[in-house]
Formats: sequence, structure tokens, C-alpha cells
Amino acid sequence: MSAQAPAGQRLRRAPLPPLARYILIRLGISALLIFGVTVVTFLLTNLVPADPAQAILGDRAAGNPEIVERTRQELGLDKPLIVQYFTYLGNLLQGDLGVSNQTRQPVAQSIANVFPASIELGLGAILISVVLGLILGLVSALKRNTAVDHAIRAISLIGISAPTFWIATVAYFVFFFKLRAVPGAGRLDPWLQPPPKVTGLYTVDALAAGQWPVFVNALSHLVLPSIVLSLFTIGLLTRFSRSSVLDVVGLDYVTAARAKGLPPRTVIFGYIFRGALVPIITVVGLAFGSLLSGAVLTETVFAWNGLGQYAYRGATKLDLPVIMGVGLVIGIVYIGINFLVDLIYGFIDPRVRVR
Amino acid sequence: MSAPRETRTTGPNPLHGSQPADGTADGAALPGNAPGAGADAVARGIPRWRLRVPTALRTPLGIVGGAIIAVWVLIALFAPILCPADPLAQAFPRLQPPGPGNLLGTDELGRDVLSRVLSAARTTLPVAVLVVLASMLAGSILGAVAGYFGKFVDEVIMRLADLVFAFPTIILAMVIAAALGPGLKNAVVAILLVSWPSYARVARSLVMSARSSEYVVAGRLLGFSAPRSLAVDIAPNVASPLLVLGTLSVGEAILTMAGLSFLSLGAVPPTPDWGAMVSEGVANFSAWWIALFPGLAILTVVMAFNFIGDSLRDALDPRTARTVGEQTS
Repeated sequence: MSAQAPAGQRLRRAPLPPLARYILIRLGISALLIFGVTVVTFLLTNLVPADPAQAILGDRAAGNPEIVERTRQELGLDKPLIVQYFTYLGNLLQGDLGVSNQTRQPVAQSIANVFPASIELGLGAILISVVLGLILGLVSALKRNTAVDHAIRAISLIGISAPTFWIATVAYFVFFFKLRAVPGAGRLDPWLQPPPKVTGLYTVDALAAGQWPVFVNALSHLVLPSIVLSLFTIGLLTRFSRSSVLDVVGLDYVTAARAKGLPPRTVIFGYIFRGALVPIITVVGLAFGSLLSGAVLTETVFAWNGLGQYAYRGATKLDLPVIMGVGLVIGIVYIGINFLVDLIYGFIDPRVRVR
Repeated sequence: MSAPRETRTTGPNPLHGSQPADGTADGAALPGNAPGAGADAVARGIPRWRLRVPTALRTPLGIVGGAIIAVWVLIALFAPILCPADPLAQAFPRLQPPGPGNLLGTDELGRDVLSRVLSAARTTLPVAVLVVLASMLAGSILGAVAGYFGKFVDEVIMRLADLVFAFPTIILAMVIAAALGPGLKNAVVAILLVSWPSYARVARSLVMSARSSEYVVAGRLLGFSAPRSLAVDIAPNVASPLLVLGTLSVGEAILTMAGLSFLSLGAVPPTPDWGAMVSEGVANFSAWWIALFPGLAILTVVMAFNFIGDSLRDALDPRTARTVGEQTS
């Protein structure tokens, strides 16, 4: 819109095209947010606990004032806060997230090891929830105020009301313990070797290595946790796509398409659905955030060796470096996803670029 | 994504309140400019809200939700009478399945599950409502101040809000609760810290459009101070959407609290707590009753609040509803 006009008038400094400007602004905001996230985790690690040195040392060593004092010096806790923060930031940039109080393992390395498991689970869940959520939302909106709509609405409300960790427990009990319909906990049956690591996603790696039985087994382990994890996001996406479709249904261009005598299917998918899709993309980003949260609460139930189980163990043992590491990583991933969502948004809908 | 700053209102004259909502379809449905379009809806909102609440709750979902909550409130009030046993007493054989002796079975310490589920309502419900009220108050005030004064104050408050939104809710709550140490009080603080920004965003966008309306300007010209202008002229006109958002958030607050307890960052044992009980159930898989019933309790309470909140939101003016809706699911 405003792209060409000023460019011709001012020769000194041609303004960036709106899309580039938009991307730059979004990138800047994301960078600032990541910076903010590090400040938050820094403050929570170093300022909030009564004595961080004691928190890091744990109960045994904290009784000895000499050790505490030495740890304080080692950690640089005697230095000014701002110096401490930059030390912390420097460590972060070198991929140092500290050491677990419990296992003495570097947190960054542990997170790197377990992260692919959560990604695999998250991808499975988001796939299920996007497909089902969009279909249910579309049906619900097109059949507005019918029994179908009310049923879908009630189900989606239940979906967002149930605690995920509880659904996981119940589902695991019913489908594994009672029915034996799915394989037990973990990502693979214990007698199988994980496929050679490329991406860390067992299903993908098994396919890449041509290990068909491993792939089938990994997939069968993936099904139940993904479905459980997706329930909340299915509810979320259904509700959102319903209202988004309803916004579009009454617009003039849809009426025009109908008036032209286009077949209903073309109107629904070519016009209504396309128009409704744009705001829905935002919610997919949001959904991914709740998947990450859900993973923290459900992985333990399925003994899924991912970020969630790692966080759960850290939380129950009050292992502060582990918890902060997980929080930091999830925060950054979340910001990254929202940045991607904004980018896609900018490509699809030119209006948002000029804001 | 913040609301567009220059939301012009069409003059929320109090007289408009008696008119039917006419402009619901005009442009409100453009997908791109959705955020913060809750401009003149505000002024109309209050009379409509007052009229509509009973009707709004007369939807099937609203009635079911109200009934469930009424039952739980009664349970919370009369738990000491209703409980068949002391929720803390380890008086029974361990891990008894549900039966005539213990209707919902016993846990691994030989405590009556039914009594524990019932008495957990006594902490969960009031704490959840208090957390929501507190964060609603704090968030609304901060958002109103940001929207009213704009400029630097606005930037600082809203960037803080953005920072909170940079984390998924339970993750930030987990991080804060872990730093503060486990305990119900710290869990409450954590939830408070993660939930104020939703109210701040809604309050800000509502106040921003209300402050340029004639009756507020008139008040300023009469020499009203900023606090008086906010409290007397603006607050009554922005309150209803915030209250709806609050209702919608009670369920979420209960879920977050349960999540924290599940991570053993909530109420400290042996206090009966639904999330913690589910966690105990995970450790004793074959004793399904330990996890099943507290989970059902969470589900029914959260569902009931969501039913009510959903019905209330439908009764709001569509554009205000959108502002509110963006902050919730």
C-alpha cells in the first residue's frame, strides 16, 4: 500500500519494503523478549531463593558455613548484581546452563539429550490437534446452534477443563493396564535398540535407517501420549476456529460467492475456510505453548524421557538449575515459535505489515 | 501484539445504553484488526450486562455450571460434616479399593480418599477465587494506569506483561514457585504473577478508548484528578468485561494450581490437595481410585467455571468479547 509512494519521493533514504520492516521489527521484539527471559531466570535463580548458595549446595553441605562461603565466592555472589548477570549471560551464550544439584550433570547437555523426545511428542500432538480442531471447529460453526454444535462445544469445553496429567493417568490405566491396547511406558519396548541418532526422533530415525519394526514400535508408543496431550489443544483450536469461521461466514465476499452459484463445497473450503485460516494460525502458536506445558505435566505418567520428565524430576527434587534451564529453553522456544507465527502471518495477511 | 493505540470511539454516550446493540456486524468481523476493538462497546456494556446476566446464565451450559459450582460450594462449606473420616488420619488399611467401608477407597497411607477429596475443596475453591480476584484487581489497576497515562508508564507496564506472555503459563508459574520454595502461599504468589497481564491488557484497551469519550473528558475539564477520573468515570464502564474474564479465569487458576501441586510445588503434604493426590496416584498405578476421584473433582469444578464464563462471554458485546476472548481460550 504505502510501499511505492514514499520511495519515489524521497531519494535520500528509501524506506524498507513493509514486509522487511515488519520482519525486522518482529525480530527485534523477539530478541528483546529473549533478553527479558534471561533476566527473569537470572533473578529467580540468584535473587529470590533465600540463599542461592545454599539452594545450589543442597541440604548436606549447606550446614557448613565455610563451604557456603566458598561457594558464594565461586559463584560470584559477592560481586554486584549487574556483574553477576553478565557472567550469567556469558555462560548462557556458551551454552552453560549450570549443573544439576542432584545428578551433577550439566543441565544444557541433559536438555539437549531429552529435547528430541519432547519434539517428537509435540509434533504428534500438534498434528492431531490441528487436523481435528479445525474440522470440529468448521463443522461446529457451519452447523451453528444445532445439536452437533452444542455437542462439539461441550466436548471442547471439557477438553480444556480436564487436567492433562490426570487424563494421562486415566488413559494409561485404561488403555495399557486394563485393555493392553497400547504398549507400555517409554518411547520403545525395552528390548529394542533405539535407531542410530540423526534427528533424535525415533520414528524419523528408524525410517531413515530402514528399521521398519523399530518404526512401528516407536509409533505405537507415540500414539497414546500424543492423543492425550492433544486433547487440550483440540479444545482450544476447535473453539477458536469456530469463532473464526463464524466471523467470516457473514462477510460480503462469502455471500457474493454463494450468489454466484458456486457449489457449497467450493464456498466452504475456497472462501470461508481460507478466510478463517489467518487468525487460526496465531492460535497454533499458542497451542504449541500449551503443548510444551502439557508435556511437562504428562511425560512423567508415560515415562516419556523428554523435557517434561526432566522438569518433573527437577521440580520434585527442587533442583533449581534444572528447573531454570527448562524454563529458559521453553521460554526461548516459545518466543521462537511466536516469531514464526508472526512471520507466516505477515506473509499471508499484508495488512498486519503496516502497523 | 498490542491493541491499536488510536482506537476512536463513536462517543459512548450513556444514553446509548438503552438502545439495542446495532453496530455488531460493522467491521467487527475483519479478522486482521481484531485486537482491542472493544471501543464503544464499553459504554453500552454496563447496562446490557446488568440486563443480560440472568438471561446469559439461562443457557443450558450456564445452568449446569451454576449447579455444579453450587454443589461444590456446599461441599466446601460442610466438608467437616460430610467427611466420613478425618482426611489426615491414617486410620484404615492401606490401598483399599472403593467399597462399603471407604466409598472411594484409601490411599497408600491408609487415609480415606473421599474425605480427602471433599476437604480439598475447602482450600482449592476459596484460594482459586481469591487468586483470581487479586490478580484481577492488580492487573486491572496496572492496565488502567497504563491505558490512562500512556507514554512511559504504559511502555513499562505493558513490556512487563509481554515478558510474562513470553512463557507458557504453567512453565513460568513452575519457575517462580520453585524459586520461592514449595507451599500453597508461594504457589498463589506464582499464579498471581503469571495471571495479572491478561487483565492488564484488557483493562488497558478498554480504558484507552474510554478516556477519550466525552463524559471522561468532561470530568477532566471539571478538574477531576486522574484517580478520581479513573475510579468514578471510567471504572464502572470497563468493569463488566473484566469480571467476565475473571470468571473465565477461575477454572484456569484451579488448573494451574493443580499442575503446581502435581509437580509438588503446591500445598505441602499432608494437606489434602487434588493435584497432589493425582500425583500420588501416578506412583501407585494399580490403585486407580487414588488418582481418578481427585481428578474428577478438578474436572468438574473447572468445567463448571468454564461453562459459566463461556455463557457470560456470549452475553457481552461481540467486540468486547473478542478483547476478553483473546486473553483466554
